Amino acid sequence: MSSQSIPPPKARMTDWLQSRNATGLLFMLPAAAFLICFLTYPLGLGVWLGFTDAKIGRSGVFIGLENYWYLWHDPVFWTSVFNTVFYTLIASVLKFALGLWLALILNEHLPFKSFFRAIVLLPWVVPTVLSALAFWWIFDAQFSIISWSLMQLGWIDAPINFLGDPTNARISVIAANVWRGIPFIAISLLAGLQTISPSLQEAASLDGATSWQRFRLVTLPMLTPIIAVVMTFSVLFTFTDFQLIYVLTKGGPVNATHLMATLSFQRGIPGGQLGEGAAIAVAMIPFLLAAILFSFFGLQRRKWQQGGQD
Amino acid sequence: MTLNRRHFLASSAGLVAAAGFGGLGTNRAFAQNAPVYKPEEGASLRLLRWVPFVAGEEAAWLENTRKFTEATGVQVRIDKESWEDVRPKAAVAANIGSGPDMVMSWFDDPQQYPDKLVDLTELGEYLGSAHGGWYPGLEGYAKRDGKFIALPLCAIGNAIVYRDSHMKAAGFNEFPKDTAGFLELCKALQAKGTPAGFPHGKAVGDGNNYAHWLLWSHGGKMIDEGGNVVLNSPETLAAVRYAQELYKTFIPGTESWQDVNNNRAFLAGQVSLTANGVSVYYAAIKDPAMKEIAEDMRSVNLPIGPVGESVELHQASTLSIFKHTKYPEAAKAYLQFMYQADNMNDWIEGASAYCCQPLKAFASNPVWTSNPIHEAYAKASASLRPNGYAGPLGTASAATMADYVLVDMFATAVTGQMSPEDAIAQAERRALRYYRV
Repeated sequence: MSSQSIPPPKARMTDWLQSRNATGLLFMLPAAAFLICFLTYPLGLGVWLGFTDAKIGRSGVFIGLENYWYLWHDPVFWTSVFNTVFYTLIASVLKFALGLWLALILNEHLPFKSFFRAIVLLPWVVPTVLSALAFWWIFDAQFSIISWSLMQLGWIDAPINFLGDPTNARISVIAANVWRGIPFIAISLLAGLQTISPSLQEAASLDGATSWQRFRLVTLPMLTPIIAVVMTFSVLFTFTDFQLIYVLTKGGPVNATHLMATLSFQRGIPGGQLGEGAAIAVAMIPFLLAAILFSFFGLQRRKWQQGGQD
Repeated sequence: MTLNRRHFLASSAGLVAAAGFGGLGTNRAFAQNAPVYKPEEGASLRLLRWVPFVAGEEAAWLENTRKFTEATGVQVRIDKESWEDVRPKAAVAANIGSGPDMVMSWFDDPQQYPDKLVDLTELGEYLGSAHGGWYPGLEGYAKRDGKFIALPLCAIGNAIVYRDSHMKAAGFNEFPKDTAGFLELCKALQAKGTPAGFPHGKAVGDGNNYAHWLLWSHGGKMIDEGGNVVLNSPETLAAVRYAQELYKTFIPGTESWQDVNNNRAFLAGQVSLTANGVSVYYAAIKDPAMKEIAEDMRSVNLPIGPVGESVELHQASTLSIFKHTKYPEAAKAYLQFMYQADNMNDWIEGASAYCCQPLKAFASNPVWTSNPIHEAYAKASASLRPNGYAGPLGTASAATMADYVLVDMFATAVTGQMSPEDAIAQAERRALRYYRV
């Protein structure tokens, strides 16, 4: 009896290997290894570097919160935090509004529907650096096509100082980011719109709902889960934007468009202050985490998804 | 070809002896006072360099390299990186101890990882004594604690380029030599609708050149010899006030200018005066449509300020060898070969005035007199001051410049975002952070 209930060790091992849990673990192993190597380790290293005075070419020693202490008293850092939040907020709202609008239009029965849908994706498909270079010319202090056209029309006398004036520069980089980000939102929301069963809309129509009511009470609630996902991604992309700023202004004029990502690079790589650069990058994490948690909990709540309140 | 080869053999006897007949054990007899480096068995080298600005410069460098390979059998692979990417690439190579064997880098890069570089004192001192001495500014970039950790390669000269006819139309027959007269010229140019323009934006090269000239020409400096931040001084205030006056005469939008904007504006006839490398001239003569601009173009050194001498930053490049190289002797032999009179002269000539000689003996290179526009660029190495003057070079000086502390100081003041006093105080604060002990 007892000899039967306790199998020899080798058999136990085989049993365990054949159990569902073990198979599951085995299957997860490659993914876990991949994540640890390429996500956890670099992230951990970045966080660690933020606590050291590492410089390029020198591993540095642990200095606790000194980098953060310096950043706390650094007006340029706070400018970049303000810029990043401002940039993300305005650009995301604009991208969402325009993207949703575009998705709704594309969801209608238009002639050449597929053609338009393909065209809309173009800004998203063009490599960021290329479109940024195009915008660089569009916003040039001397050769801007916008300034030139307005001058030809006689509306202005001198070229607009797009990237030289702090306010103009902020508006200009946001405009470029919005132009580039709309397609992603529009196409994703369009996909979401197409999953909404037409019968729901028909039922609402039969009940006498106006088109605004149909949009507010049927379309929008059905679309909420996908909006949450899409906007999370959009906010993350915008918050960590780098290429656009680096090409257009390098953070100028006088740091008016420096984002945390560009400042982190400027100090970390060309400036050689790896530790401080890492600290700036780490300072982005709370913001990103907040955005992710917001959407994560938003996604979990069916009430939210259905447009209700808690 | 035969002549060249013979010539080359004569001038590099020591090296060839080492390479070709090294086995005979007669190196010392040939070498005299030139150091002899015998490339290791089966050596091959990798050089990381910046992407050339002038095709002729690269051609001359490659030709010299080819001759070196022919003489020694050592293959040299040359990797090119855009000039802003050389710094991080080289720093990472130094950090992890692999990658290229040698690097042609910028400014104070070697000073950021001096202990990862091969000591080149023997070669540096020999070259200095053989060719009339190094220019002190360039030497400053390459030396640490009295030792050469790199060899100065060149200064990429910066000079004012202007339209002669526009200057004359503004009532000036001769280009003003001092900062006061220069301001008058810029005012007159603006009045004629042909303004000047210097970058106040994040222009790594041109922006820093302009900002450092403003500061230094008025006697201001970021750091003193002891490494203390001494930016907040009456001289700096005078420099900022001067910049404010000058800025009023500029074409609008210079605070957004990056490195290429001034070239573009000049070549399009939008500005009549700016400062740049000689490349702007070559861009003009290449294009038949710009014939008029090219013929009207003149170059001159930046005016002398209250400090009383010509002082500029320019761009400086050095060559260094990483300690991780498996073939340090081959690398030294390569550098020695590149600095041989014929080879160095060929290279300087190939660079068409873009690269100014590191050693005084090469000042007689015919390139400087071949075209009047080259003349101003001939003095680059002489007027060059290292960034972070007059303090020690290293991570602090590099970081201060990379963080655009000086560029931002002038830009905030000239655009009126801050008073000159506040702009200086802020720049001082930022500099102090990098120069903290």
